[in-house]
Amino acid sequence: MLVRKSWTIMITLVLSFVLILSGCSGGNDSAAPAASESGGEAAGGGKLIVGRGGDSAALDPSIVTDGESLKIAQQVFDPLLAYKSGTTEVEPALAESWTISDDGLTYTFKLRQGVKFHDGTDFNADAVVFNFNRWSDPKSEFKFEGDSFDYYDSMFGPEEARVIKSVKAVDESTVEFTLNQPQAPFLQNLAMPPFSIASPTAIEKEKENFKSNPVGTGPFVFKEWKRSDSITLDKNPNYWQQGLPKVDQVIVRSIPDNTARFNALQNGEIDLMEDLSPDDLATLESNPDLQKFNRPPFNVAYLGFNTTKKPFDDPKVRVALNYAVDKKGIIDAFFAGQAEPAVNPIPPTLWGYNKEIQDYPFDLAKAKQLLADAGYPNGIDQELTFYAMPVSRPYMPDGRKVAEVIQASFAQIGVKVSIQSPEWATYLDDLSKGEKDDLFIIGWTGDNGDPDNFFYPLLDKDSIGGNNYSQYVSEPLHKVLVQAQQETDQDARAKLYEQAQVIVKKDAPWVPLVHSTPLLAATSKLKGYTPSPTGSEPYADIYIEQ
Amino acid sequence: MGSYIAKRLLVLIPVLLGMTLIVFSIIHAIPGDPADTILGDKATEQSKQALREQLGLDRPWLEQYFAYLGDLLTGDLGNSIRTREPITQEIGPYLAATVELTVASMLFAIIIGVNAGIVSAWKRNSWFDYICMLIALVGVSMPIFWLGLMEQWIFANELRWLPSIGRMNPRDPMEAITGFYVFDAMISGQWSQLWIVMKHLILPSIALGTIPMAVIARMTRSSMLEVMQSDYIRTAKAKGISKFLVIYKHGLKNAFIPVLTVIGIQTGALLGGAVLTETIFAWPGVGRYIYEAISNRDYPVIQSGILIIAVMFVIINLLVDLLYALFDPRIQYK
Repeated sequence: MLVRKSWTIMITLVLSFVLILSGCSGGNDSAAPAASESGGEAAGGGKLIVGRGGDSAALDPSIVTDGESLKIAQQVFDPLLAYKSGTTEVEPALAESWTISDDGLTYTFKLRQGVKFHDGTDFNADAVVFNFNRWSDPKSEFKFEGDSFDYYDSMFGPEEARVIKSVKAVDESTVEFTLNQPQAPFLQNLAMPPFSIASPTAIEKEKENFKSNPVGTGPFVFKEWKRSDSITLDKNPNYWQQGLPKVDQVIVRSIPDNTARFNALQNGEIDLMEDLSPDDLATLESNPDLQKFNRPPFNVAYLGFNTTKKPFDDPKVRVALNYAVDKKGIIDAFFAGQAEPAVNPIPPTLWGYNKEIQDYPFDLAKAKQLLADAGYPNGIDQELTFYAMPVSRPYMPDGRKVAEVIQASFAQIGVKVSIQSPEWATYLDDLSKGEKDDLFIIGWTGDNGDPDNFFYPLLDKDSIGGNNYSQYVSEPLHKVLVQAQQETDQDARAKLYEQAQVIVKKDAPWVPLVHSTPLLAATSKLKGYTPSPTGSEPYADIYIEQ
Repeated sequence: MGSYIAKRLLVLIPVLLGMTLIVFSIIHAIPGDPADTILGDKATEQSKQALREQLGLDRPWLEQYFAYLGDLLTGDLGNSIRTREPITQEIGPYLAATVELTVASMLFAIIIGVNAGIVSAWKRNSWFDYICMLIALVGVSMPIFWLGLMEQWIFANELRWLPSIGRMNPRDPMEAITGFYVFDAMISGQWSQLWIVMKHLILPSIALGTIPMAVIARMTRSSMLEVMQSDYIRTAKAKGISKFLVIYKHGLKNAFIPVLTVIGIQTGALLGGAVLTETIFAWPGVGRYIYEAISNRDYPVIQSGILIIAVMFVIINLLVDLLYALFDPRIQYK
């Protein structure tokens, strides 16, 4: 009797605890949290909830360099020019039109009138001047402690070699830029999110707090930032583009784990997710409530040779090994088909891409023969150090596994490599020094829609010690690239870049591996979304169908 | 009791000092130039140099350490490199989220663990005992990330009972007052919000609390078995006191000291598991804060984050020691 009684107490105790916590006592109201908690609001303009891998570093786009921060910038701010939806083609944004002087040194922009910042102040020529002066003047009182305008320095030259000489307001709605030297990708650069125009009044008022209280002219107004959790943005009712944005609110949540993020999407807790793992593609496709999006390829993953070291100082060896990489096999195995084989250093979606160039096909016999022609009939006797990335990047989900496949192919033609994956920071450090590695896997995602943004940082001799990890020196290439930087006619530039691709293909400092098309997933009710190749886009056109 | 507490607090000073030294040395032993990694591919040499100066990386090691200690004494944890905000200002909400999760996990672990252990001891060698100990064994060896993802899959995706991520429903967000959402909901009388917040707590606290729950259950069982064989229990039984009272009042009070030790250790260990749990459940706590800081090489944040977790660990141990004295008055005189 006693035993039974205490048993009952015991079980009641445990059960009541579980019940309190799990919410089973309420019966039906615990079912489908997303549906029951959100059903009401979704009926209006609705809320769009986006899930992404990381949080923003800061909300002032001019002081950051990370993609996550720039994603929010595109919702709150507008630059003078923007990229046309889904492309890298430049179109008017805050600037309606522009004229370029014949010498390519003066750009005059006509600004859109009647546009207001979220704090109610007017957008005008003075605001543009204020922003550009803030970025270029190292002694600006609005450059706060710890701030550096890295993108400004890297796109428009460091302090001692500025491209932009002056920016002045001609009248209320006209701005004139004077350059020190012509810069071909100037308009492309201006359209980048870091050069969005912020409200001068807000910067003067908020000072160093501006980076967590951003005020722009963009489609959404900043509301709240819960760090590492979510950023809430409200619709800008006075947005200058008629009928936009379509939703009333955007909430961007940080959910670091890919699988957890996908779980949240399936559970209805988010509407759109970034960086779907290729492994989850099959689950996504079998679920009628979900849809997938592909970001257009705007990156390149490559196998680089350290051209300062034997045997890779010989282009014949590099070409031979180009025949020994099975790109198709790698894409099928590790990208779930969501990538295309790379032929050139730039993706085919970019202008200036040379379609004439044929890739070296996968042909081990040919590779072996070419290696013999280069003086290595029995393969290479020393064991080479192959650096494989220890982290996953959009252009390369699993560098180590890809390296293992390449290692196996190389072994068949007598080239022995040992794979190493030091920690990421050390990895990058070692690659730029070029002392420890013989060959390596790495990649690049474009910042703007200009081929220079691939060729110059990755392959020019000036970029050795920076991102030219192959330590590749080619005078003919350097000449072409510098010429292309100063040429203002786009057709002429395109020709120059086509020429550059011929030089690179012949010299083969790399085996270009893939251009990946990063995967995004959304509820099937989400409409109006066009992913941009640059990695982020305004959410103004998106709406949730009822 | 007062002098005991004072003595225990004095001992903390060298412990904390040692901790700062260890944390500081480990961070500075990581190879590579932090300025490179922090600022990324696109940074110019100039801003890298400025950052090195700002971080004092160009100064001798010892000088850096003492400067760091000096700042700590004035309550300055430095600025985060990534967000450029003062860490003392930034860390509050993260700390609240972690404390809330830790408390919920430990409540789960203690209530289920202690009771399961008692019943197992009492019903020794019964089917209940076997099942409990089997669950405890599996629980101890279960990887947190696997358990977490399984929970999400079953309870969120398949059954749709519980939300899988976050602390609240973002479609109907909760205003933070203290940052402890359970309290906030109660203070503001938003009972439906309290309900939602509790639902968000369930899956992560089970994931985080399962290992401590299993360890506590096993410890309680063996400790109870020992106590139940002692003479005074036999006396109590002979006096005809109800079995429930014998076990929960007389037995548990004496069996609890070793269990308390385990609870203390497990709470500390839990803080390590919080990094994984917070990542899987997108829980914006200190674990996440450190995790993100590590991937960005945000040295001041890594340093402060680890230090704060270490301080929490020390405080928990202090509390456990003080509780010993409460359970067994003999201890304080030692």
